[in-house]
Amino acid sequence: MLDAGRTDETLLEVNNIEVIYNHVILVLKGVSLSVPKGGITALLGGNGAGKTTTLKAVSNLLHSERGEVTKGSIHYRGDRIQELDPAALVKRGVIQVMEGRHCFEHLTVEENLLTGAYTRADGSANIARDLEMVYDYFPRLKERRKSQAGYTSGGEQQMVAMGRALMSRPETILLDEPSMGLAPQLVEQIFEIVKSINEKEGVSFLLAEQNTNVALKYAHYGYILESGRVVMDGPAAELRENPDVKEFYLGMSDDGRKSFRDVRSYRRRKRWLS
Amino acid sequence: MPEQLIFAMEVFLNGLMAGVLYALVALGFVLIYKASGIFNYAQGVMALFAALTLVGIMEGQVPFSHLINAALGTDIHHFGWHVPGFVAILLTMGVMVILAWLVQKVVFRHLVGQEPIILFMATIGLAYFLEGFGDLMWGSEIKTMNVGLPQGMNLAIDEVTYGIFGYGFFIDNLDIVATVIAALLVVALVIFAQYTKQGRAMRAVADDHQAALSVGISLNFIWVMVWSVAGFVALVAGIMWGTKSGVQFSLSLIALKALPVLMLGGFTSIPGAIVGGLIIGVGEKLFEFAIGPMVGGATENWFAYVLALIFLVFRPQGLFGEKIIERV
Repeated sequence: MLDAGRTDETLLEVNNIEVIYNHVILVLKGVSLSVPKGGITALLGGNGAGKTTTLKAVSNLLHSERGEVTKGSIHYRGDRIQELDPAALVKRGVIQVMEGRHCFEHLTVEENLLTGAYTRADGSANIARDLEMVYDYFPRLKERRKSQAGYTSGGEQQMVAMGRALMSRPETILLDEPSMGLAPQLVEQIFEIVKSINEKEGVSFLLAEQNTNVALKYAHYGYILESGRVVMDGPAAELRENPDVKEFYLGMSDDGRKSFRDVRSYRRRKRWLS
Repeated sequence: MPEQLIFAMEVFLNGLMAGVLYALVALGFVLIYKASGIFNYAQGVMALFAALTLVGIMEGQVPFSHLINAALGTDIHHFGWHVPGFVAILLTMGVMVILAWLVQKVVFRHLVGQEPIILFMATIGLAYFLEGFGDLMWGSEIKTMNVGLPQGMNLAIDEVTYGIFGYGFFIDNLDIVATVIAALLVVALVIFAQYTKQGRAMRAVADDHQAALSVGISLNFIWVMVWSVAGFVALVAGIMWGTKSGVQFSLSLIALKALPVLMLGGFTSIPGAIVGGLIIGVGEKLFEFAIGPMVGGATENWFAYVLALIFLVFRPQGLFGEKIIERV
C-alpha cells in the first residue's frame, strides 16, 4: 500500500539550495529533494531544522520575509520556478498551507475557502462544485460556513487552511506542520483526510512535520533535516525501521521507550556531512 | 415649540451635512489603513490634488504652464477649450489611478514589511510632494469649481419648515447632494467589499498578508486597487469641498479634521468613519451653538480634538473599531 501512490514522474526537484535570511543568517546549507507525482513526501526534523524554510523556498513566500535562495535550483515539471511570484506558482498548481493555519480571521469560513479560488478563471459553476467537494472532505466546515474563521477551533482552522488550498485545484500542496497544536485524535483525522485527498484527487504532498511517527505512517517517502541539511532519506517504511530514526525521532530503542533525558541530537552522535 | 429648540434643530441638520464631508475624507483613510496598515497622511492632499486636477482639466489649463513659460519664455495658460464636468471627472479618475499605481510602484513596493512608523513617514513625504506637485502643475491661485452641482438654499425645506414651525430652515442644496452621494458611495463600497471577488481579496489582504500571498493574491495589485478607490473617494470629497469653498490649498487641512473622526469611529471601520464624521459634524455645530457664546466662540476649532482625546482615554479602538479576535 505504501508505494501505491508513487509514480516515477518527478514534479518538484530541489537541487542543493542554500537560503539566507536578511543577507546574513544562513538557514539552509544545501538541501536537495524531489517530490514524485501522486506521492506524499515527508520532510522531518526538529525545531529550526529548516523544514518551513524549505517549503517557503519552493512556494517563494521567502521573499516577503527577506529570505533569499542564494545557491542551487528549484524546478517544477522541468521549469525553473525560483523567480516566479507565489501567484504564478498557485496558477501552476503549487500552493502552500502555512504553519499555524493563517486563516483570514474576519472572513467567514466559506469566504476563506473562496479566496483559495482567487487565481482561477474557469467560472463560478466549477468553483461552486469544488466548494461542495471541500465540504465533502470537511463536513465540519459546512456546519460552520457562516462563522468568522477567527472564532473557530484550531482543528477547524487547519481544515479551513487545507480546504482553502484545495479550492485552487492544486497539483501539489506544500503542507507545513498540520499537526501543530492539535489533539492526537484530530491529528490522525487530518492525516486521514490528507491521504484520501492524495488518493482520490491525485494531489501530491510535500509535508513538513515534527510528528515523525504520524508522518511516516502516512508518507511514502521521507527526508530528515537537521540544521539545514538533509541527513537521511528513504522510503517511509525503511525509515520507520531504521534504528537511528527509531532512537532519535521516534523515541524508541531496542530496550523499549527511552527517557527524554537520554535522547540526544542525532547530529551530535553521527557526523554525516562536513 | 420654543425658539431655541427650533434653532438647535436647524444647527443639528447643518451639522449632519458638514459631518458627511468629514466622513468622506475619513473613509479614504479607513480604506487604505484596513488593506495595507498604512496610515495615509496624504489623504487630504489627495483630495486637494484631485480637485485641482478636475478644475484644471475642465478649464483646459495647460499643466506646468508656469514652468514651461519660465523655461521657454512663452506665455501659455489655457488650451482654450472647456471639458464638460462628467468627462473631466472620468479623466481625473484616470489620473488618480495612475497616481495610485505610481505611489505603489515608486514608494510602497520598496517598503513592504517595514515598521508602520516608516510607512507613515513615507505618506508624510508623499503629502508634501503632492502638494508641491499640484502647485507646480496647476498653479496656486484659488479656483472656483462648478461641475453642475446645485447650490443655494433649498426652497422646499424652507417652505415646509416654515409651515410647521413658522421659521424656515436654511439647508444648502449642495449639502443635500453631498449627503446622497456619500450614502451611495458607502453602499457601493460595502457591496464591493462584501460581495465581489476583489473585495473579498482586499479584506483577506487586510487580515493576513502572508496568507493572502500564499493563495495567489497579488498584494501589489490589491494595493494599487485600494489606493485607486481611496483616490476616487478623495475626488468625491474634493468636488464637495471645492464646490463649497473653492479649490484652495487649505483644503489639505481638512485631513486633520478627519483624525478625530477616525479616533471616534475606529481606524478600521467603514460605518465607523461615517458615524464618526456625523458625530463630529453635529457635535461641533451644536456645541458652538449652545456653549460657544459663553466661552467666546470659535469652539469648532478644538471641539473635535477634545472629543477625540476623551475617546482615546476611554475607548481607544473607537466606537466601531475592530475587536481583536482572541480565542481562549
